[in-house]
Amino acid sequence: MNETKNKEKSWLRNLVESFGLPRLIITAFLLILLILAPFVGADLPTQISNIIARFSWNGILVLAMVPMVHSGCGLNFGLPLGIISGLLGATLSIEFGFTGAMSFVMAIVIATPFALIFGTGYGWLLNKIKGGEMMIATYVGFSSVSLMCMMWLILPYKSPNMVWGLAGKGLRTTISLEGYYSQVLANILRIKIGNLVIPTGTLLFFALLAAAIWAFLHTKTGTAMTAVGSNPVFARAAGINVDRIRLLSVVMSTWLAAIGILVYEQGFGFVQLYMAPFYMALPAVSAILIGGASVNKATIMNVIIGTILFQGIVTMTPTVMNNMIHMDMSEVIRIIASNGMILYALTRKTEGSK
Amino acid sequence: MNNGNAPLLEMRNIKKDFFGNQVLTDINLTVHEGEVVGLVGENGAGKSTLMRILFGADMIRETGGYGGEVLLNGQKVQFNSPFDAIEAGIGMVHQEFSLIPGFSTTENILLNREPVKKNLVSEVFGDRMNTLNRTMMDERAANAIEMMGVKVDRKMIISDMPVGHKQFTEIARELSKEQLKLLILDEPTAVLTEKEADALLESIRGMAKRGIAIIFITHRLQEIMAVCDKVVVMRDGYVVSEEASSNTSTAIITRQMVGRDVDQPASAASSDAEEKKDAPVILSVKRLWVDMPGETVRDVSLDVREGEILGIGGLAGQGKLGIPNGIMGLYPAGGTVVFEGKEIPLNSPRSCLDASFAFVSEDRRGVGLLLDESLEWNIAFPAMQIQNRFLKNYLGGLVKWRDEKAIKEVTDKYISELAIRCTSSKQKAKELSGGNQQKVCLAKAFALNPRMLFVSEPTRGIDVGAKALVLEALRRFNRENGVTVVIVSSELEELRSSCDRIAIVSGGRVAGVLPASSSVEELGELMLSQVI
Amino acid sequence: MNEKTMRKAKFGAFLSRASVPMMFIIICALCIPIAGLSPNYLVNEIVTRMGRNSFLILSLLIPIMAGMGLNFGMTLGAMAGEIGLILVSDWQIVGIPGMVLAMIISVPISILLGLFCGKILNMAKGREMITSYIISYFINGVYQLVVLYLMGSVIPIKHGSIKLPRGYGIRNTVSLLNMRQHLDNLIPLNIKGVKVPVATFIVIAVLCLVIVWFRRTKLGQDMRAVGQDMEVARDAGINVERTRIISIIISTVLAGIGMVIYLQNMGNIATYSAHSQIGMFCIAALLVGGASVDKASIGNVFLGVILFHLMFIVAPRAGAYITGDSMIGEYFRVFVSYAVITIALVMYETNKRRVKSMEGERLRLDQEKEGKDE
Repeated sequence: MNETKNKEKSWLRNLVESFGLPRLIITAFLLILLILAPFVGADLPTQISNIIARFSWNGILVLAMVPMVHSGCGLNFGLPLGIISGLLGATLSIEFGFTGAMSFVMAIVIATPFALIFGTGYGWLLNKIKGGEMMIATYVGFSSVSLMCMMWLILPYKSPNMVWGLAGKGLRTTISLEGYYSQVLANILRIKIGNLVIPTGTLLFFALLAAAIWAFLHTKTGTAMTAVGSNPVFARAAGINVDRIRLLSVVMSTWLAAIGILVYEQGFGFVQLYMAPFYMALPAVSAILIGGASVNKATIMNVIIGTILFQGIVTMTPTVMNNMIHMDMSEVIRIIASNGMILYALTRKTEGSK
Repeated sequence: MNNGNAPLLEMRNIKKDFFGNQVLTDINLTVHEGEVVGLVGENGAGKSTLMRILFGADMIRETGGYGGEVLLNGQKVQFNSPFDAIEAGIGMVHQEFSLIPGFSTTENILLNREPVKKNLVSEVFGDRMNTLNRTMMDERAANAIEMMGVKVDRKMIISDMPVGHKQFTEIARELSKEQLKLLILDEPTAVLTEKEADALLESIRGMAKRGIAIIFITHRLQEIMAVCDKVVVMRDGYVVSEEASSNTSTAIITRQMVGRDVDQPASAASSDAEEKKDAPVILSVKRLWVDMPGETVRDVSLDVREGEILGIGGLAGQGKLGIPNGIMGLYPAGGTVVFEGKEIPLNSPRSCLDASFAFVSEDRRGVGLLLDESLEWNIAFPAMQIQNRFLKNYLGGLVKWRDEKAIKEVTDKYISELAIRCTSSKQKAKELSGGNQQKVCLAKAFALNPRMLFVSEPTRGIDVGAKALVLEALRRFNRENGVTVVIVSSELEELRSSCDRIAIVSGGRVAGVLPASSSVEELGELMLSQVI
Repeated sequence: MNEKTMRKAKFGAFLSRASVPMMFIIICALCIPIAGLSPNYLVNEIVTRMGRNSFLILSLLIPIMAGMGLNFGMTLGAMAGEIGLILVSDWQIVGIPGMVLAMIISVPISILLGLFCGKILNMAKGREMITSYIISYFINGVYQLVVLYLMGSVIPIKHGSIKLPRGYGIRNTVSLLNMRQHLDNLIPLNIKGVKVPVATFIVIAVLCLVIVWFRRTKLGQDMRAVGQDMEVARDAGINVERTRIISIIISTVLAGIGMVIYLQNMGNIATYSAHSQIGMFCIAALLVGGASVDKASIGNVFLGVILFHLMFIVAPRAGAYITGDSMIGEYFRVFVSYAVITIALVMYETNKRRVKSMEGERLRLDQEKEGKDE
């Protein structure tokens, strides 16, 4: 008895060490939620559909973390900057009168130059302040969001579907995408079995981008990017232009964030403006960390696992908790878990040269 | 104290090894009150380790302690931390400054030993709430400066000071400790101007008169002769001579420092050194300066002949490491470097690599390796990035895909060639031992197929077996591929056995270039010739 | 020549320090006439806000002295202060005694939170700011857990007026009517229509004196040493970790007390949002006053309060006047707060690098000169 206990203990300790305690707790928590769900009267297929749907909305935003982590710029707390590029693409596409699937394509097309320009500026700034990236990224994100708050009011948007009805100018806080690109990806090859719904198209789109990033990391430039993140001095000694590679990674992250928010909107059905992008960085950051990434290492697998775990908890806790103890503590749990995860990652000693 | 006749300090049969590597053997050292003892020896002779033992440094305990005993005033002592040593009256001025940049001289002299005044709050919350007694601080700092005998502005902020004054502040700090009986000065004159150095020597004499014993470590032998009562020469972990300074001379000391009991046969390669004498100059360095902290290079001109192995030797801090680092663009540099008639732009690692140079850095963990990545990555990375090797091209070269198979092949090749001990080519570099990491660094450079190879401190911090292997690999690479090699090393013996010619750097300049068959004494004299 | 460059560098440093306050003076100078507010109103507002905010901002000074940067974790203290006030208002202890009791309750909570924050920051050296920033979010979650779920269910709350109708948890706003401006009005003074909260100012003045005195203590000296070079301080025998933790604890405790003063002026607690922005606004104000990440003085605090809040008052009016949309000004002042922090952080990081490269430059010049001499 005692022996098995000991054995269990060391096995457990190994698991804790390789997986990290907080990650383990979160996984266990989600498993418990999944097991409990049927007992408290929640419909499991619906719940799983929810998780899959939310995974498909958020996956690319989490994927946007990967390039910057690889190049050693740390966690991209400046995600809102990319999101703003996406929002500009979305609103301009609607303003120019595109509808249906075309509006989605045009949103991406229009968002791209913005993402490239913003990303370049952002990357240039981050190259000037190596070592202090994360804090400054956070505030670059915040500043740009609050700047855009003014812009949404001032810019001469005219489309009646977007501006305030009464004043005839200034964009609304939420814009419905009905008739534009709501669900355009999700409806492609959508699978429906009973209560289980799978938005195949969105998942495929995510898979496409994830594969592209995976492939990029296997090319010459991608290899250089990983090396820059792993040891910038080594990379410099090997003739790599470290600043250029870092800039490239920031542009990539920013562009992915722009695409990510468009995909999020097509699933959610609305464009959210003004302060909405403000708090979108933290969930994405904690998702990738929950998936097993650290401040300077991240893989596509971390993205997938992390998004599923994080979104699983976000969707499952309210239903299960509500049904069980009639107390909706999901928001609090989400705040504690996600920020706790980020804290955990920040306090780990970064391995290697740093 | 209870024993008036006992010397102030006695170290008896001190032994120390680092993981089986004997660095100190049976060291005996006696210092009397008010005596100035000069301690000299090449880098790696064991001076610092000996002083660390005396000063109770943490790293000594962490690496398994030491053998023998230390007696202070005839009583056996065992210091568990530098604070114990300070308590017992030992002070040490390290080579690196330990000063708070924004504090004044006074504040630094009395750092964490400030005289304080009690107040109401401190009665409740403890001593840390005492207010500083500024007048008393000034007084005590002034006393210490007075004792030192060199004028230093008490109110000046450290970051505004010339280096010399920082050094004096450090010394004054030690002097302000009332219990101070023995002061260790580790190369204190290295950063001083000539005038300042003279002032320091004067103040050493003054301190000795007050009864403070001083252990003075320096490479400037004339200073030793000028100020010390006794000179202790160390070599390879032994004390080779202990002599009153009136009975010796700089020439004798130099010989003792570098000399070997049995003069080993010089270079194995020197037999064919003759024929390389006429080889054309392949690399010509003119008026090179390099701003590498701690290894500044000033106005170095040097020619390297095709196919030879050139050694660059010299004491630590004299600039020999700055030469390859500056040429390879890792530190800001100026001057001209001409390779095969073409000028190579400086400050650009890429253009050096494009000119088929390769560099094995002395800073393995910082510059040489991707510690968190596999051996495959470490070895193949530069060749992949510079020469587009180990890549598969798709879409007409638009996509350059990593060729994992080719990478594994080349890695495995070097693993067997250099006998790198690892579990597989996928093992992470940080998991290897120092010697094997060094071999990975060599493999990385070899994989570039360079025409010109710079190797910096190839054997630093690795065990004897690996040392021989690394040197042998370098020689073979030179012979079989006709690659010109420049080896920078602090170990003269190593250079003598591996190189064709040896350039000695002293004071940031080339003091001379000699054939490797030259005697150790000749080389040693050059090493000390322009020491700053 | 050396001296000349030195003086030039010093002047440059002064300019870059003064640039943010100068910018604000210009913004305010432009906005004040456009906003068209009466001078009396402006002065009144500024005086009120000085009384309201100064104490909170002063709490940021000590971690900066200890080299831990801007303490985004001051929010922790603010939460402790709020908990104190919630409990006190449930116990119906009013006026000054209520305030004092709330402060007393907040202190042990602040110490605990500060200890937690300090320990975590010691584990994340070199990234203190981002870490303290995330800590403030993390503890906000814990705060919500306590206030929204445990208060009323585990922690006894008697009065229905502050409880949510469901029987546990605290309402979105808790009225502090019985305490409102009791400290401000303790010693009434009215100079030409400008209401001066004399007692509050006295409290702030006392804190300033305490900070000045604290700098002269052994602990203050140790903190400055730790702030400038941790390794050297450690070698000299200073307990670096402990000193850093103490600095965060002091800051958190002061922030808790400051929050009580802040809320007694406001007259109610926005239970779930009052603390979330307070850290940002205090830090922005301090930076506007000319402080930087590693250097801040009491003068920066007061200059910052005046300039930042002047901008805060006039910007919405000016914005509304120019664009006809009152929201523009609201967004503008939020934008400015963030932009100021961003600029200050960028300047701090670039300065750090410039100092390094300047040293290299000096060496290069020396050598080149030397090279020519020969």
